[in-house]
Amino acid sequence: MRGNRKLAAVLPALLAVLLATALPGCAGGGAAAGSSTLTVFAAASLKSSFTELAERFEAENPGTTVTFSFAGSADLATQLNQGAPADVFASADAGTMAKVQEAGLVDGEPRDFATNTLAIAVPPGNPAGIRSFADLAKAGIKLVACAEQVPCGAAAASVEDSTGTVLSPVSEENSVTDVLGKVISGEADAGLVYVTDVRSAGGRVESIPFPEAGAAVNPYPAAVLAGSSNKAAAGRFLDLLAGPEGQEILAAAGFGPGSR
Amino acid sequence: MTGGHSGRQAYTGVPRWLYALAVLAALVVVLPLAAMVARVNWANFIPLVTSAPALAALGLSLRTAAASTALCIVLGVPLAVVLARGRFPLLGLLRSLVLLPLVLPPVVGGIALLYTFGRQGLLGSTLEVLGLQIAFSTAAVVLAQTFVALPFLVVSLEGALRTGGQRYEAVAATLGASPGTVFRRVTLPLVLPGLASGAVLSFARSLGEFGATLTFAGSLQGVTRTLPLEIYLQRETDPDAAVALSLVLVAVAVAVVALAYRRPGGRGPDGKAGKQASGERPTTAAAPGGALT
Amino acid sequence: MTFSFQAAVAERGFDVGLSLGPTETVAVMGPNGAGKSTLLSVIAGLVRPDRGRAELNGRTLFHLGDGEKRWAAPHHRGTALLAQEPLLFPHLTAADNVAFGPRSAGTPRRQAMEQAVRWLDDVEAGNLAGRRPAELSGGQAQRVAVARALAADPGLLLLDEPMAALDIHSAPLLRRLLKRVLADRPAIIITHDVLDALMLADRVVILENGRIAEEGPTRQVLHKPRSAFAAGLAGLNFVVGTSAGDGILAARGHIAGHSEDPVPAGRPAVAVFPPSAVSVFLTDAHGSPRNSFEVAVTDLEPHGDQVRVRGGGLAADITPAALTDLGLVPGMAVHLVVKAAAVSVYPL
Repeated sequence: MRGNRKLAAVLPALLAVLLATALPGCAGGGAAAGSSTLTVFAAASLKSSFTELAERFEAENPGTTVTFSFAGSADLATQLNQGAPADVFASADAGTMAKVQEAGLVDGEPRDFATNTLAIAVPPGNPAGIRSFADLAKAGIKLVACAEQVPCGAAAASVEDSTGTVLSPVSEENSVTDVLGKVISGEADAGLVYVTDVRSAGGRVESIPFPEAGAAVNPYPAAVLAGSSNKAAAGRFLDLLAGPEGQEILAAAGFGPGSR
Repeated sequence: MTGGHSGRQAYTGVPRWLYALAVLAALVVVLPLAAMVARVNWANFIPLVTSAPALAALGLSLRTAAASTALCIVLGVPLAVVLARGRFPLLGLLRSLVLLPLVLPPVVGGIALLYTFGRQGLLGSTLEVLGLQIAFSTAAVVLAQTFVALPFLVVSLEGALRTGGQRYEAVAATLGASPGTVFRRVTLPLVLPGLASGAVLSFARSLGEFGATLTFAGSLQGVTRTLPLEIYLQRETDPDAAVALSLVLVAVAVAVVALAYRRPGGRGPDGKAGKQASGERPTTAAAPGGALT
Repeated sequence: MTFSFQAAVAERGFDVGLSLGPTETVAVMGPNGAGKSTLLSVIAGLVRPDRGRAELNGRTLFHLGDGEKRWAAPHHRGTALLAQEPLLFPHLTAADNVAFGPRSAGTPRRQAMEQAVRWLDDVEAGNLAGRRPAELSGGQAQRVAVARALAADPGLLLLDEPMAALDIHSAPLLRRLLKRVLADRPAIIITHDVLDALMLADRVVILENGRIAEEGPTRQVLHKPRSAFAAGLAGLNFVVGTSAGDGILAARGHIAGHSEDPVPAGRPAVAVFPPSAVSVFLTDAHGSPRNSFEVAVTDLEPHGDQVRVRGGGLAADITPAALTDLGLVPGMAVHLVVKAAAVSVYPL
């Protein structure tokens, strides 16, 4: 009883503190006077490259701050459709960008600034002895891939089609991160992920490139959004992406060159 | 004078402003659900929820939730009895640890399970020698669900055991009943309402399990892809299907929760009302799960 | 000797020895917290004493200390417990409740049910066999509980205030029933009611602070109490002192009285007298051999058609008319006067 009374006395104070800390957080989206903010929605696989690029961009554009929201492309598209305010959208696949474009949210044409190709990731030491794409179909191999509903799964499916190989993964995950996680933890013998994912995993997985991956090169489109209040800066960010500096940083992360 | 069941004049002592906040609280829960229902594509509802992947997911969910509920009962009843009745050092610590999954993010549970039953895990290599492979199997789903659902049963049952006290057991013992007989013929029947509501909550929580399953068991149609995982996947490409399946899950959850919280039947003079005397409402300390985390 | 018991529980300051003959019923009385329930719990095996030993019909219930560590589990003791509340298993019918003991002992179901019906008939509850406990009144439930305890065929029946929770209409019926069933079997009954002790028990044991303050045949204890508690039960004034002449020397002075057998001087002794023999005066009165105590009135309470005046640990009964004449109110100083002939003196 006494404990309850104490709690009752503390509760309003606690609520007040919670509200006080939460409210500025809610209202704090607005730009401070005298500077501008560029909000970029980007596919999760772009995190390290884009963070590096943002530093260059901020140095070249004093007074402009870049803020990111990194998530799965489909999630970001849903948020944009629901009215999330952003200046740039960089997607990991063309289909998602097309949906955003159909919704009339894109200003101008999207530009493919990079490509990504599939690679086989195996735990260090390659315990299952995977040498080729065809090895993935062998009996007893625990393969983890993406579900066909997500871009990396679609890419894997088109490689399957072009090679006539039928894969039977033990799990079809929602994202490359989940695939990679199961390879890193050693649960899976192999995973089908992107070259860039293997690169970012460092030494925790080994990569086995395979020529058949060429059948499914995945373009990364980026676009200025129609709702942007800072289209000039957004355009400059896309220019930086497509320019030599941007391409260099993206190549270092394992991305292929963009078409435009 | 108190008007019996008329209720109209009965004094409740609830201040009016409390009603306002209560309505707000109810809206926090009900409004999003209503908004989701409003988005259901009714024209395609039946085809969406009866597609092969959807049916496979629903069937898998019901089967695994039933299996994990059974496992929760088999393991949870002894645990609850020991926690409620046992007297040994570190009992309090054991209780806190066992209840941990209630507050743990399910994904953490998944990681923990992975390092226990996974190939490289604590028991994984031993299990592999025995020819048991848990990762990527339906067993992994059941294990993940049991992990998150067990505390619901234990909390529920331990509460019932504590409220009931030990006086009936003591009397039964002095009448010559061995501990086994007392447990079977007195303890269990007395806490049956608590056990039932605990089992229903465990089932509901198992049905909604997502994070631990995704992390630990993987996602493959008919094997490990339960309804919440199917919803999560469909959301990528087919929001209509995701919403329709969400509605199915909500409907099942509502049915299950209604079952757990139904008012005990009145004490009819016909003698078939099983609840009386100590038969309080089922003790349920924790809210039902079922949220996608 | 059917039952012998000696046990100590240090934590509760409990140290009691007790024994019972084959058909003897002992009433255990005493103030709250005196250790009455502890006594039954230790006998039933629900509380483990630090040391002691007990035997029932030649079987050892426990033997702890002296290098021994024998402890029979409650279900091996044959000491059925009947508590203040019936504690009928709510999920079983009355008949199933009564059959619980026999079935636990391995009696086949059908036979156990036959026994249950017989026991229910015996406690005049045969018509309640099919009812659930929730459908029984307090008195009915307690009768079924008696049948259930008896059906377990206990070597010793333990009753913990079985009448305390009953209304005034149910209690007499149960008391009659208990008088009949306790007549030919050993039992220990805890009670607060002197009537229970008189009607049901052959012997009364007074517990105070975890120890036996007094014990003896019920009539004798009530007639010549040797503890303040027993005197209170018997409704007698009770003063402790040392024997001196025909009376005793107490803290409040010499109290003159009479004793059946002369008590040697200087021995612990008590002076006992009924409140009805005490008169109340506003001034000190003198006369033939009598005792006068100056006290301040603490309480006035109705007592039958009299008024009981309490003060200085003594009680006097006066008529309402006398109360009005004296104009008594709490706090007033009065003289309580009792003739020596009404004061009974005997050694402790």
